[in-house]
Amino acid sequence: MTTGPLVTMRGIRKSFGPVEVLHGVDFSLQPGEVHVLAGENGAGKSTLINILCGVIDDFSGELQVHGRQQRFTDPMDAARTGIATIHQELSLIPSMSVSDNMFLGHEATGRHGMIDFAYQESETVRVLGEMGIEIAPHSLVEELPIASQQLLEIARALARDADVIIFDEPTSALNEREVEFLFERIHTLRSRGRGIVYITHKMEEIYRLADRITVLRDGNCMGTAKPDELPPGELVRRMVGRELAVEETERLSPSGAPALEVSGLCVAHPDQADRFLVDGMSFTLQAGEILGLAGLQGSGTSQLLHALFGALGRDVAGSVRLLGEPFTIVGPRDSVEHGLVLLTNDRKSLGLAPEMEVVHSASLASLARFCGRLGWLRRNEEHDAVEKLAHEFNLSAPSLDAPVRTLSGGNQQKVYLARCVLPEPRVLLLDEPTRGVDVGAKADIYRLMRNWVRQGVSILLITSEMEELLSLSDRVLVMHEGRIAAEFGRGAATKDEIMAAAMGHARPGEQGGSE
Amino acid sequence: MREASRKQLIRLWAMPVTRALLALLLMIVIGCLFNSDGAFFRWSVHRDMMRQVSVYGILACGMTVVIITAGIDLSVSSLLALAAVVFAWFTLPHGWPAVIAIPLVLLVGAALGSVSGTLVARMGIQPFIVTLAMMVFARGLAKVVSGGQKVTNYVTEADGSTRLIEHPPIYDMIDSRIIGGNISIVTIVFLLCVLVTWIVLARLRLGRYIYAVGGNKEGARLSGVPVRRTLIAAYATSGVFAAVAGICQAAQETHGDPDTGMAYELDAIAMVVIGGTTLAGGKGSVVLTLIGVLTIGYLQKILSLNAAPEATRLMLTGAIIICAVWFQRGRKRARD
Repeated sequence: MTTGPLVTMRGIRKSFGPVEVLHGVDFSLQPGEVHVLAGENGAGKSTLINILCGVIDDFSGELQVHGRQQRFTDPMDAARTGIATIHQELSLIPSMSVSDNMFLGHEATGRHGMIDFAYQESETVRVLGEMGIEIAPHSLVEELPIASQQLLEIARALARDADVIIFDEPTSALNEREVEFLFERIHTLRSRGRGIVYITHKMEEIYRLADRITVLRDGNCMGTAKPDELPPGELVRRMVGRELAVEETERLSPSGAPALEVSGLCVAHPDQADRFLVDGMSFTLQAGEILGLAGLQGSGTSQLLHALFGALGRDVAGSVRLLGEPFTIVGPRDSVEHGLVLLTNDRKSLGLAPEMEVVHSASLASLARFCGRLGWLRRNEEHDAVEKLAHEFNLSAPSLDAPVRTLSGGNQQKVYLARCVLPEPRVLLLDEPTRGVDVGAKADIYRLMRNWVRQGVSILLITSEMEELLSLSDRVLVMHEGRIAAEFGRGAATKDEIMAAAMGHARPGEQGGSE
Repeated sequence: MREASRKQLIRLWAMPVTRALLALLLMIVIGCLFNSDGAFFRWSVHRDMMRQVSVYGILACGMTVVIITAGIDLSVSSLLALAAVVFAWFTLPHGWPAVIAIPLVLLVGAALGSVSGTLVARMGIQPFIVTLAMMVFARGLAKVVSGGQKVTNYVTEADGSTRLIEHPPIYDMIDSRIIGGNISIVTIVFLLCVLVTWIVLARLRLGRYIYAVGGNKEGARLSGVPVRRTLIAAYATSGVFAAVAGICQAAQETHGDPDTGMAYELDAIAMVVIGGTTLAGGKGSVVLTLIGVLTIGYLQKILSLNAAPEATRLMLTGAIIICAVWFQRGRKRARD
């Protein structure tokens, strides 16, 4: 075993197109340590990990593994060097058996290139047994509960004798018992001299596991420290940065009439009967108010919006009043008709169709307005309405008849937003309205949101950008594991407090998050 | 000035309709070169080509609608046969007037199309499987209705004797030509089908929904598009066009043959795809399909004028479909 560091990364830079997302990050991993990577969503953690495990090969900077200069061209390349990654999204093939998955890409072959199934199965039983997992090697992965799949994924990574193991939020699908089990495994690995990179959003996990913590913020390394040198308050401060002056804009105060009243809203977990993605949320959104929803991945913020909009179908309980009237959640079509519109955080797969023209994309949710008898479209009226909106939005497109794929990301987002406001909603559910959008377009979108609110529209806003949350919201609700962890009035919230609450920690500065 | 016109040219070049038209033009140029002693320059050759592709073209109209929803309809050939048999059965042995028979046949097409659509939309079964099953089922149904034989104007009486009856005038009407014998009625029917499809796709709300469902189903659903109803309507439309094609087929063959139109669905798909409507959905138009129909029509005509053996014809057709589709996609990959 080498005595030097397992991994050394120096001055790592990476750009996606014109945008640099890592600005010279340093990172190292020693044998026998758990090194936690902490940071907000979008801080660059995943990008850094993807460089280490070979998913990204065009970066600048130095990457050494076992003291040797490396530049992996693909994940298999990294795997051969002893780096195993357990991604957030499972990479198992659901329709194949457990043992086939264990040996995928490393099949045990006999003399004639035939797969030795008996050996693979017995070996699978042995490896899983060592981890204390009992899964029949011939059962199909898709028949296993998610937690077992996650454990299998971990077992597979371990079976390959990796000495660098990367965990990217491994506990998001596990229950408490399984988490304990995983932590025991991690302790064992550490005692055997393996190096572990661990990404998590949960304060408790950081302080239970970490030997060292590296904080990333906006692609910069905010320092590496031992946990006892970095109390939770300081950790959160490093993650969210200095307090920036919140842009004060003249605002009419919300009228006080409730636009959306939600009580006891629950969303069941699709796979686990005993868990809830949204667990009894009750709150009121007033007319002309922007209510910010903060929460880290998996906290249930997006599910809350989808549930309110009726996008989830059945597994939703609770009662809702819309503009003072009782509102039964039926489905997207009904919600749009009642003035409740959702902008999802995934423009590509849940929003626009790439080949559809700008005008048609923008008017899709409000065609009833432009329709005569038999569904005959009044196309001039439609075109004029979209043109007016495009002007208001500062939309830049080759033409309004061009397919949306020919537009830049920011402009595509504006088209998506236009689709959501063209039906003239009373309540807008916005999930990351500025994701993947450049600074100029962001400013436009902020201006538009303020305009809408002035006209009495109410907005329920999810954003992982703290500045945005603080400068736009009248109130902020912080969610953690499907529940409200904290509520802040306008101006009362600080980034540190929000981040601490989102991580399931009552107050920053207070000692310890472990027990 | 020069720069501007260059840009315009590039934009024009990127349009699918330009490329489809170029492929058609190329085909016509080939026809002029291999004109078979001037035969290609006679109007009757073009008129016959149009008549020969019309039935396929009518199927291709419905196919376009379904393909834009990111689906496929393999059942059109069997629905055509069923419609032909039912139409002949209504009009010959039963002697019903065309004004009653035609709407009923269209209804049969719409009904079976709706069944496919419902299975796709509500049960979430893949369109390929659903319409494959419908293809087999409808062919069987056609044989049940016809008793496994052609439905002709030899009518069996109750006492077992047979007699020959006159074809109702609708048969001759559909199989005739107008404007001094220069255009066939089936071609007119085909062009009307193109027009109707164009109106549905480009002028009606339903058309928007069809493109939206094909382009991004989940995005469409979250925008309040009635996804299921749209899918059912698309397959029903295809069923109606198959029924129209079946009536034309019966009129041209002067009987209802349960084995007619075998594998026509493949020609219809080829015509749609050659036009530039992609199987991925969300993109395309019936104008492109019209061009695709003409391209394949001319190809077949040129090959038969030059007395190419059938084996050569088949191989060339296959190769040309690939070339045309490759040509359509040759444009630089679109950025996201």
